[in-house]
Amino acid sequence: MLIALSMLIFLLLRLTPGDPIDAYIDPNIPMSPAQLTELRSQLGLDRPLPVQYLAWLREALSGNLGRSIQRMDQPVLSLVLSRIGPTVLLMGTALAIAIVAGITTGVISAVRRNSPADLSFSVLALVGISSPAFLSALVGLYVFAVRLNWAPSGGMLTPGAAFSVSDLLHHLVLPAALLSIAQAALVMRYMRASMLEVLNQDYVRTARAKGVAEFWVIAKHALRNALLPVVTLIGSTIGLAIGGAIFIESVFNWPGMGLLLVSAVETRDYPVIMGATLIIGGCVIVVNLLTDITYAVIDPRIKVG
Amino acid sequence: MNAPTEPILDIRGLRTVFRTRGGEITAVNGIDLTVGAGETVALVGESGSGKSVTSLSVMRLLTRNIGSIAAGSIHFRSKDGRSRDLAVLDEQQMRQIRGDDIGMVFQEPMSSLNPVFTIGDQISEPLRVHRNAARKSAMEAAITLLEQVGIPDARRRAGQYPHELSGGMRQRATIAMALACDPTLLIADEPTTALDVTIQAQILDLLLKLQRERGMGVLFVTHNLGVVAEIAHRVAVMYAGRIVEQGPVAEVFRNPRHPYTLGLLASMPKLGEATRLKQDGQKLAAIPGVVPSLANMPGGCAFSPRCRFAIGACQAGVPMLESVDAVHQSRCIRWQEVGQ
Repeated sequence: MLIALSMLIFLLLRLTPGDPIDAYIDPNIPMSPAQLTELRSQLGLDRPLPVQYLAWLREALSGNLGRSIQRMDQPVLSLVLSRIGPTVLLMGTALAIAIVAGITTGVISAVRRNSPADLSFSVLALVGISSPAFLSALVGLYVFAVRLNWAPSGGMLTPGAAFSVSDLLHHLVLPAALLSIAQAALVMRYMRASMLEVLNQDYVRTARAKGVAEFWVIAKHALRNALLPVVTLIGSTIGLAIGGAIFIESVFNWPGMGLLLVSAVETRDYPVIMGATLIIGGCVIVVNLLTDITYAVIDPRIKVG
Repeated sequence: MNAPTEPILDIRGLRTVFRTRGGEITAVNGIDLTVGAGETVALVGESGSGKSVTSLSVMRLLTRNIGSIAAGSIHFRSKDGRSRDLAVLDEQQMRQIRGDDIGMVFQEPMSSLNPVFTIGDQISEPLRVHRNAARKSAMEAAITLLEQVGIPDARRRAGQYPHELSGGMRQRATIAMALACDPTLLIADEPTTALDVTIQAQILDLLLKLQRERGMGVLFVTHNLGVVAEIAHRVAVMYAGRIVEQGPVAEVFRNPRHPYTLGLLASMPKLGEATRLKQDGQKLAAIPGVVPSLANMPGGCAFSPRCRFAIGACQAGVPMLESVDAVHQSRCIRWQEVGQ
């Protein structure tokens, strides 16, 4: 799967117009066409595409993702790995916010169906789903960082200051909250629909007939069943959230994979694009596996292979 | 079959309504029904007659904001000897009665058990809720209950999930669940309808045995008259939200005094009868017409449009429940002729 992904990216990158050599050279130092050709063959850019790909693949399989064209001193692997931490932190926080907010509001909406609370949560969810990440990121940045000055407008830590968790959280909360909007809205809508269905099930009535308090009827008997489709949804939206993270990281200057990927694309840094995409793809596969395992844990009808 | 002493359940003038888009619908219209301690009362009727709504009204498990008790009282004597009107109890008090003083068994053993919790967990839950039992002792009690309802290898079964059990076993498990707190009244809402015939007989035998052992009152809701004959002391026949005939089972079956009961009994084929009728070119007896819609009830006696005894006077008003004898009543103005 990862190999197929890498082939696709490799091909797509080379189909895009533009020459990586233009980004590589210093425009202030004039180079003759002969020099350019020599440089191309030095970097291997003159070989046929399949040969280039196989050369890349051979190295990639042995753990060498090459060196950045832009930053000759940095191997791609360590460059990408150094960016994973901030991205995982940002996405993990956003995911946690989305799960907690989405499930809570979804359950409340379903239990208090057609109440003012349900109506306002549903409208908010619709707005959340309908606003693209680049828009909500910019609006959020303007309102909360620029106008209200509640949170810093970018970066992960205050430059020059000593590291502190509170400083990190201060920088984290706004981008994470904005990133979580779309997912939270999606989770809310699924949770509401799923809960409404489960509340009509016979076993919910059975629980009431046993004298179980209404809170536990909802929180134990209904919720566990209603969560099943939502878990699948959450797993499959993580891939989508990566797209959102790329926007958010660019807008908030968050030093993660997204920012790395965007700058690599801008400078046609092929090895970095390849490496970053590969790592992201690997993460998505791992997350989907985790989703399936979680599903099997909460639904006894599914046996783990 | 001794005459019961003081009733543990005494329903008077119960009226249950449903609010729908098209307006208010009366599903149960002025029912009087009693269940004595240790007595089994069968509530019989076709779909839509209001029999299940009656049992849900007693449990106060009608769908919130849609179904509600509009009139009448449901006096119930709980284990501590207190008699209270369930129709007016608040949710908190009602919850203490559900699963403790009154146990309930539902129709579908497939869907009435929660798929994501073990059998043992679900059976022990009433004990944890009402008796504050610790998880471990409640689980031991659940295993004992599973043995009592005839599930072999109870300890292993308690650790299994509903999908790992057969339909009959699941219904045994729901019975164990309803009996966990030793209720004085068991409401069984079509507990055998969804099961195979051979399993039906086993479940009925089990209910009879448990009822005798524990001396529970049982309100048995069913549409199956064959089941009624086997299990009940008394029977109440419902039609379109009202009880049209009630009395001791043997008496009502031998001497039906309402045309509807008569029709129900006649449409029960006896062994070999279907083949014989077919050879004679005749059809099985059936009540002509269909159950009237609750939203569009005929005036007067609701059964009159389908009744071969109907006369002009039947349209005049809803007939009173008249006494055939001390224990047998019929809601038919011509009950004397019906019996002939």
